[in-house]
Amino acid sequence: MTELLETGTPLGRPLRRKEDARLLHGQTNWTDNIQLPGTLYMAILRSPMAHARITHLDVAPALEHPHVVAAYGAKELGDLNGSIPCVWPVTDDIQMPSFPALAVDKVRHVGDCVAVVLATDKYAAYDALEAIEVDYEALPAVVDMEAALKPDSPLVHDGEGSPGTNECYTFPLPGTGIPYEEAKAKADVVVKRRFINQRIIAGYMEPRAVVASPMGMSNEMTVWSATQIPHILRVLLSLVTGMPENSLRVIAPDVGGGFGGKLQLYREEILAVQLARHLGRPVKWTETRSEDMVASHHGRDQIQDIEICATKDGKILGLNVDLLADMGAYLQIITPGIPLLGMFMFPAIYKMEAYHFNCVGVFTNKTPTDAIRGAGRPEATFAIERIIDELANELGMDPMKLRKMNWITHEEFPYSTIAGLVYDTGNYEAATAKALDLFGYDELRAEQESRRASGDPVQLGLGISTFTEMCGLAPSRTLGALKYVAGGWEHCTIRALPTGKIELITGTSPHGQGHETAWSQIAASILGVDVDDIEVIHGDTGRAPYGMDTYGSRSLAVGGQAIKKAAERLVEKAKIIAAHQLECSPDDLEFVDGTFRVKGDPEKAQPLAAVAFEAFTAHNLPDGVEPTLQAEATVDPDDFSYPHGTHLCAIEVDTETGKSTIRKYVAVDDVGIQVNPLIVKGQVHGGLAQGIAQALYEGVEYDADGNLLTASFADYLIPSAMDLPSFITDSTVTPSTTNPLGTKGVGEAGAIASTPAVINAIVDALRPMGVNDVLMPASPQNVWRAIQSAKGGAA
Amino acid sequence: MTHIPISVTVDGIVCDGDVEPRTLLVHWLREDLGRVGTVVGCDTSSCGACTVLVDGRSIKSCSMLAVQADGRSVTTIQGLAEGENNWHPVQTAFKECHGLQCGYCTPGMVMAVVDLLDENPNPSEAEIREGIEGNLCRCTGYHNIVKSVQHAAELMGGSK
Repeated sequence: MTELLETGTPLGRPLRRKEDARLLHGQTNWTDNIQLPGTLYMAILRSPMAHARITHLDVAPALEHPHVVAAYGAKELGDLNGSIPCVWPVTDDIQMPSFPALAVDKVRHVGDCVAVVLATDKYAAYDALEAIEVDYEALPAVVDMEAALKPDSPLVHDGEGSPGTNECYTFPLPGTGIPYEEAKAKADVVVKRRFINQRIIAGYMEPRAVVASPMGMSNEMTVWSATQIPHILRVLLSLVTGMPENSLRVIAPDVGGGFGGKLQLYREEILAVQLARHLGRPVKWTETRSEDMVASHHGRDQIQDIEICATKDGKILGLNVDLLADMGAYLQIITPGIPLLGMFMFPAIYKMEAYHFNCVGVFTNKTPTDAIRGAGRPEATFAIERIIDELANELGMDPMKLRKMNWITHEEFPYSTIAGLVYDTGNYEAATAKALDLFGYDELRAEQESRRASGDPVQLGLGISTFTEMCGLAPSRTLGALKYVAGGWEHCTIRALPTGKIELITGTSPHGQGHETAWSQIAASILGVDVDDIEVIHGDTGRAPYGMDTYGSRSLAVGGQAIKKAAERLVEKAKIIAAHQLECSPDDLEFVDGTFRVKGDPEKAQPLAAVAFEAFTAHNLPDGVEPTLQAEATVDPDDFSYPHGTHLCAIEVDTETGKSTIRKYVAVDDVGIQVNPLIVKGQVHGGLAQGIAQALYEGVEYDADGNLLTASFADYLIPSAMDLPSFITDSTVTPSTTNPLGTKGVGEAGAIASTPAVINAIVDALRPMGVNDVLMPASPQNVWRAIQSAKGGAA
Repeated sequence: MTHIPISVTVDGIVCDGDVEPRTLLVHWLREDLGRVGTVVGCDTSSCGACTVLVDGRSIKSCSMLAVQADGRSVTTIQGLAEGENNWHPVQTAFKECHGLQCGYCTPGMVMAVVDLLDENPNPSEAEIREGIEGNLCRCTGYHNIVKSVQHAAELMGGSK
């Protein structure tokens, strides 16, 4: 960082955010704030059953209610009832059932959309739902993944064209090393575990909302949505509704968090657009939080059978991963691909000779799953970091020593992994040394020993997670090879306006990350202008036509490259104009602090703003140079980037109550060059909270009939300030070489790294009692049960 | 449905309304008055995103009927420091300490903190965490919110 600060540019400085003034004064433009004349409020009747046939549906009584304008079931909706596409068919023979906005004949999960009411009053729309007549014939629900794969299981999709199984796909990764069985034959120690990576929600604070208005210019339909992906949404809405793409304008205004949960095309978005078009009036829908719990996609939900084999000295030989991944009832846009993002990350930072991976996607009568913060990588990181601790225990070796023996050393980069990736850079030794120092590892181990010796009912456990992840989604060719149907590039346009202000138009779509500040810092450092003179425009396909949006910690690693390139191109063009004005060759000019100066004659100078004005008037431009001063760039990344770090957790576990309390949490992350370290720290904190929450608090639970038990914020434990500690965070900086800014990505790191650190700590605390695993969330009940079970008692 | 007349002082302005008895205070503020700075995050009084001050005390405005606010004084995030370049010390501290990311919980969080510091001008970290327990944030992990509250206490003259 120091090196960059010395250049005097804003890059690398902890600037306070430009976004904050409006956010702190309630001057924000959330989708639900939009109130258009003539708006119809949409309310949705949802299935209370996990699996049932709709034997009778009559929406007509709803029309008798005051203020109600229209009501639809699938029959009334007819051709307007589009099917949600899945854009990641991971295998050629994947089962891809139709996914209509309103259920046709059958409902397949609690919350499935059955009917829709539109009214001029919001309360009235909800009142009228109660008048709709609907009868269901209950069908047996498919809830458990293993039961779902048995030949006699009821089928989630049994209609025409059904292959007669709940298996969605089977994906084996062709091994790049020796066969796993060969590695196993050489091994002295084999450890096999089954880990359950439970289902969770994204839990963004702003509920989803959509407003569709056919009242725009010409034939334009404007759609405001609380989404992470306005650009992708526009393409998908066009494909689903048949509306020409160039008549759709999608705007993501201020969006209150996403965490992957708003990386989606949702049924309600299709319904709002179709009905606004059909009725010729604006249609607005804002979900209740309880609706969100059943209607917005969930994440994780894997059964992981993991086997690792090693020599008795602790050299890892091979890893075998067998996954069952719960798709839920339907495939949302990238549901099947999520476990495959993890596929590359199971071997993590470790060297080995063999890696075998197989994943079976399974349909169940539950809310569909899809990306949530980390998307496949947290599941993989959890499994590998847990099994490493189990292997260390089996070998009687300190878990940190085992990691050090097997990780890729900093001299070995770039390193081709057994999973087929090339890690460009990294320094696991440096991050770990710093973390151990901040943590006081040896002192805490000593305290652990003394608590064990004294039989203290409160035991201390230490958990390690030395993680890496892949960010910067993604090289388009790689995505193509994985059968993902879009690219992974990013776009930026920069305009120098005649009044000296700069417009930076990005294809990324922030929802809390601070892009307006960070992107200004990148551009300002190249253009030599004040950060406050740059306006970052995003999230509106009318103003920012090209983009691939924000997810997968891609915005800086990919979008940042486009900003850098566009800014440099703008300077190149400005230089030609300035040279003409100053009557010299462009080669005679230097560009310092936003001003072109003739080398050796510093009095002859022209600031960028003056060049922009010349480009605007076009009175005196060199021949062949077009008026206006703007430049654009579209960048496809060469490769992924690989943030890494070492997280250490000390946890006190009350063995009598099962309650776990984090005593100390240290995170040292290497996210490469940091554009704004203040924002980086904030991203790490938030990720930690989410990953710790999966370890200790959160879990979507269904009963045996597929009823959702965690159906509101009163039942699903989003942690409060009382449930989390303060964090000790620091960083090392090993620049990435896959992008010219040297950045890697930080949005998901904390969430990926922290879950195994916490669970490893709890298991470490309880190891002398015979505990080798604890189910997540490690609630007092689950910890207590693990203790009782190890004692051989009835748990 | 019968409507009931109410008169509420909202951010210093007397506002008259005619509301269904079931109308939630937050819906009246947002949809009838256009005070959309206050937001709704849940439907179980769990998240606190809708927190406002009623007669100076923080309440979740999704858990109060508009008719219950009749004759009382409501302060929202938009009335805390109105006007260009006017910042309440709690707002200043949240910016300075990066105590917000997406900003959706922020209006409620800030109002809860204003009330907390009014009751306890010099809270410990534990008291801060307990004081904001009713307000959920998904972005910050609360780390920088705690720092923001400590900084606000300093700015407002609470002794450390």
